[in-house]
Amino acid sequence: MESLLAFIGGVLLVAGAAFLLLGGLGLVRMPDVFNRIQAGTKATTLGTLLSLAGIACLQPAWALKLALIGLFILFTNPLSSHVLARAAHRGGAEKSPLTGVDRLADDRRGDQA
Amino acid sequence: MTGTRDMTLLFATLFGFWVLLNGSLAGDVLLVGLIAAFLITLLFRNSLAVVSELRMTPRALIAAVGYVLFFARELVKSNLNLAGIVLSPALPLNPGIVKVRTRLKSRMGRLLLANSITLTPGTLTVDIDGEWLYIHWVTVDSADIEAATAAIVSGFEDYLEVMYG
Repeated sequence: MESLLAFIGGVLLVAGAAFLLLGGLGLVRMPDVFNRIQAGTKATTLGTLLSLAGIACLQPAWALKLALIGLFILFTNPLSSHVLARAAHRGGAEKSPLTGVDRLADDRRGDQA
Repeated sequence: MTGTRDMTLLFATLFGFWVLLNGSLAGDVLLVGLIAAFLITLLFRNSLAVVSELRMTPRALIAAVGYVLFFARELVKSNLNLAGIVLSPALPLNPGIVKVRTRLKSRMGRLLLANSITLTPGTLTVDIDGEWLYIHWVTVDSADIEAATAAIVSGFEDYLEVMYG
C-alpha cells in the first residue's frame, strides 16, 4: 500500500515537472507577451497542482495543507495573469505580427473618437 | 454584503485556514490567528465571498460539483493543447483578441468565469467591461461575437448561472 502511494506520488511529480518544463518552453517560443502569459499560466497551474498532489501521496499527513495551497493557486494564478495582460494591453505592448483581430483596441479607439 | 452573518462566515473561514495551515492549537498561535482574522474581516468586509454568495440550494451544489469536474477536464485539455503548440516546430498560432458577452449578473459569477476562461484551452481574459469580456485567443476560430461566446463562455456559464446567477 505504502509503496503504491509512493509510486503514484512519483508519477504525479514527474508529470507536474513535465508540464512546468513545457510552460518554460512556451515562454521561450511564444512570439509576444499575451501568448507567453497564456503558456505560463496554464502550465504553472496544472504543473503545480500535480506536484502538490504528488507530495500529498508521499506525505499524506500534509494533504490538507497542500490542498489549501492548491486552492489558493487556483484562485490567484489566473488573476495575476489577467492583471498582467490588462496592464500590457493598456501599456501598448507589442503584439505578434500574426495577430488578427483586436477588438479591445478597436473599442478603445471607438471610445476616444 | 456587510451583514453580521457574512462577516462571521468570513472570520470563521480565515481562522479555519489559519489553524489548518499552522497545524497547532497552542495558545499564542491561536491568539495571533484570532487577531489577524479579525483585522482582515474588518478591512475586507466588502470584498467578494466565494462561499457566502453561493446559493445554498441542492441545485447549486450539484452545479458546483459539475463545475469542478468540467473545469478539471478543461484544465488538462488546455495543457495538452498548449503542449501540442509549443512542441510543434511550426508553432501554429493565429492569435487575436475577441469580444464575448456573458449573461452572468453577479460579481462572483463573473470573477469565476474570467478565471476559468484564463485556465482553459488557448484563452486569456484581458479585460472586462460590464457584461463584455475581452479574450486573447491563441488560435482564433471566429472573431464573431456570437460564435466566440458559444465557443469560450457557454460551457462554464451554464454551471455558474445556477451557482451564483
